[in-house]
Amino acid sequence: MQLEIEDLHIGFPGPRGFAPAVRGVSFAMGAEKLGIVGESGSGKSLTARAILRLTPPNAVLRAKRLRFDDIDVLSASPRALGAIRGRRAGLILQDPKFALNPVMTAGEQVAEPLRLHKGLSRRAARAAAVEMLAQVRINDPAAVAHRYPHELSGGMGQRVMIAMMLAGDPELLIADEATSALDATVQAEILRLIEDLVSRRGMGLILISHDLPLVSHFCDRVLVMYAGRVVEAVPAAELRKSRHPYTQGLLLCPPSLMRPRARLPVLARQPDWAEVA
Amino acid sequence: MIGVENLRIRFGDVEAVRGISFAVAKGESFGIVGESGSGKSTVLRAIAGLNRNWEGRILFDGEPMAPQRPRSFFRRVQMVFQDPYGSLHPRQTVDRQLAEPLMIHGIDGIDTRIVRALDEAGLAARLRFRYPHQLSGGQRQRVAIARALIADPEVLLLDEPTSALDVSIQAEILNLLADLQRARRLTYLLVSHNLAVVTHLCPLIGVMQAGEMVERLTVEALRAGHITHPHTAQLRRLALELEEV
Ligand SMILES: Nc1ncnc2c1ncn2[C@@H]1O[C@H](COP(=O)(O)OP(=O)(O)OP(=O)(O)O)[C@@H](O)[C@H]1O
Ligand SMILES: Nc1ncnc2c1ncn2[C@@H]1O[C@H](COP(=O)(O)OP(=O)(O)OP(=O)(O)O)[C@@H](O)[C@H]1O
Ligand SMILES: [Mg+2]
Ligand SMILES: [Mg+2]
Repeated sequence: MQLEIEDLHIGFPGPRGFAPAVRGVSFAMGAEKLGIVGESGSGKSLTARAILRLTPPNAVLRAKRLRFDDIDVLSASPRALGAIRGRRAGLILQDPKFALNPVMTAGEQVAEPLRLHKGLSRRAARAAAVEMLAQVRINDPAAVAHRYPHELSGGMGQRVMIAMMLAGDPELLIADEATSALDATVQAEILRLIEDLVSRRGMGLILISHDLPLVSHFCDRVLVMYAGRVVEAVPAAELRKSRHPYTQGLLLCPPSLMRPRARLPVLARQPDWAEVA
Repeated sequence: MIGVENLRIRFGDVEAVRGISFAVAKGESFGIVGESGSGKSTVLRAIAGLNRNWEGRILFDGEPMAPQRPRSFFRRVQMVFQDPYGSLHPRQTVDRQLAEPLMIHGIDGIDTRIVRALDEAGLAARLRFRYPHQLSGGQRQRVAIARALIADPEVLLLDEPTSALDVSIQAEILNLLADLQRARRLTYLLVSHNLAVVTHLCPLIGVMQAGEMVERLTVEALRAGHITHPHTAQLRRLALELEEV
């Protein structure tokens, strides 16, 4: 799997003129773990959706290049896109409960890709789905498989979504804040599972997260987004040594368990931060 | 201000909450952490009056509450939901959703209050007339926070209020919550999977696992590692590992 994005722009026509949201994003990746961090509203989710052309209908999308292997995403037929979505590439959305089908049980939703893409029988798919739920560390997976999305806790919803996407054996997994409601123990287990798929099956991963320590521990490379641009790309292990003032500022903001502070530092955002470091 | 005594909640055969008790004094903050699915959101929803099927006692301002709450309760107690998409009305603009609690409770100065609430939550004025689906995840979460604060509540029930926010905006929201608490003696009940966030705001913490509150401890005890339950010890160990970037 090879993903290439060059000069991606996404914007929205509105009553007060055209509002740009993504302004010239470029990156390429293969079977690696790429982290994307950045300001809320900086265009991370829209960029992720553009890869599968799942941007909102009124969004205006253009790019010099947007390729998933040999498929030109911008000109691809609905059929070619169908082959990517949920099959070659899985997108785990930021709002899992909203993304899940409200009238299907958790088990049915995980079983579906197993039946459609892997050709398992209904019964085998159901058993495999329970097994997938266990792999994402859901307690009592056989019982949870029978629950509907509104009967799941926030973290369970996220894990059902992860299980559903992994069940399709994707070549690229895009996880948009996919573990943000999970405590560190479960998060660690799920990342181990993903790690295994990356190293054994050569899956590529885009991990969008605001959790800098997590991204720097887990990913190979990190893109930092600000105001619709990638302002910095650094090896994950060197996130601490990043040069961009926004990234440096970010590293100071999180509260700490062991070093409490009465007040957290906040960023005095500068207009020139939207420029690339 | 808020108390829970031997609270039990079941959904069919699922016993989501199995007899938990705690109390939060006025102007104080209590944090709840613990395993996913352990019943944290369920406890908050029952206190908020959104689920009427519970047993035990829920006290508000010293008085036991009936499952059905009076209207005044919904002005004094506000909740920020874990899933902001679910808590915002999909077909109403941000402006309308912020105005609604003010209209319901007959509060004046709607325009001024909306402008201030957006600003406090770090939301640009241009987002005021958008619909929820036209916002990013973190912007939606901030609208939910702005809405909870706009009618001057006394108690905030916060379910993972900053989990979709980048750390710079999280810092702004946590500072805002701390300032408001000092200025107006607000009472907070905060659920988060992030120990650093919980300990930043809450001097007292309850740890939940499988519907029970398995440990209650002070932040100092947690930091010092004076812990009795293995689940607490595990959460602490992993939080420490992640702090060393
Ligand atoms: N349908 C839409 N119409 C207009 N503007 C939109 C629409 N969808 C998104 N936007 C805007 O585009 C910008 C980028 O949104 P995006 O969801 O990509 O942000 P993000 O980086 O994922 O942020 P977060 O960390 O908060 O999830 C935001 O300012 C958002 O308000
Ligand atoms: N309406 C419902 N019907 C059936 N079961 C439910 C319902 N709501 C919650 N549950 C179950 O109750 C348990 C507790 O859920 P709750 O949402 O309180 O967990 P939580 O501690 O908030 O977890 P998370 O950290 O993942 O958000 C879960 O097993 C969940 O599946
Ligand atoms: Mg997003
Ligand atoms: Mg919850």
